[in-house]
Amino acid sequence: MERIPVLRMGEYLLVTIQVDMHDRLAMQLQDDLTDRIATTGARGVLIDISAVEMVDSFMGRMIANIAAMARILDAETVLTGMQPAVAITLVELGLTLDGVRTALNVDRGMALLRALVQVSAPTMRHPAESEDAHAGPGE
Amino acid sequence: MQVLASDLLPLRTSADIVAVRRLVRTRAVELGFGLVEQTKLVTAASELARNAVEHGGGGTAMIETVENGARRGVRMRFEDEGRGIADIELALRDGYTTGGGLGLGLGGARRLMSELEVQSSAGGGTRVSAVRWR
Repeated sequence: MERIPVLRMGEYLLVTIQVDMHDRLAMQLQDDLTDRIATTGARGVLIDISAVEMVDSFMGRMIANIAAMARILDAETVLTGMQPAVAITLVELGLTLDGVRTALNVDRGMALLRALVQVSAPTMRHPAESEDAHAGPGE
Repeated sequence: MQVLASDLLPLRTSADIVAVRRLVRTRAVELGFGLVEQTKLVTAASELARNAVEHGGGGTAMIETVENGARRGVRMRFEDEGRGIADIELALRDGYTTGGGLGLGLGGARRLMSELEVQSSAGGGTRVSAVRWR
């Protein structure tokens, strides 16, 4: 079955959406991502949509769901690269993606993700598995 | 209004929704719509096509290039044989949904188009006709 690849980079999961997603593919991505967060213990998810030419209410809902599910699984989500035309259309459609963090590009998105994960690091559930567990919050 | 070109597409699966989006994009580019206009048109097409698939149990999409005097535009006509909409005004309101969605489909699509008309009766299917002029 057709799938959007989920790449693991350290404690982050990276997804680049480069196809015009049909609904089942979007739902598959939602399932795959939540599975991978749970199995890898990833702390952050970056979803790049710079190649996506359209986000409708279904896809917007899927993105919001991924962010909400990830949050419950103790991972932060950042959406990057939304094209201006897509942003304009989404707002006019009535979808403001409240609760989803965004960044202009992947570089800024990774920086934001690192900052978010660092802030939440002291609450990590498995301190023994991480070297950062002994570091103070201001580090 | 004169119809310059028209294509009839089936609407049964989520892959059919993608096909509608592609064709609408092609027609919009042919007419010289700007990128933001194209995006609005394609997004509205996706919302309306999904409505027909999810709530209407499938149907058809007629995608047309139309001309009215000096104006040209893309018209999309969606038809399904579903349960129909009992209260169209209510269905056009943001946040109203009978499914599990956000209820932005019909009202949102209306904002993205120049004109949008809904004809429906309970049990008699739904027809949506929407135009975006260049």
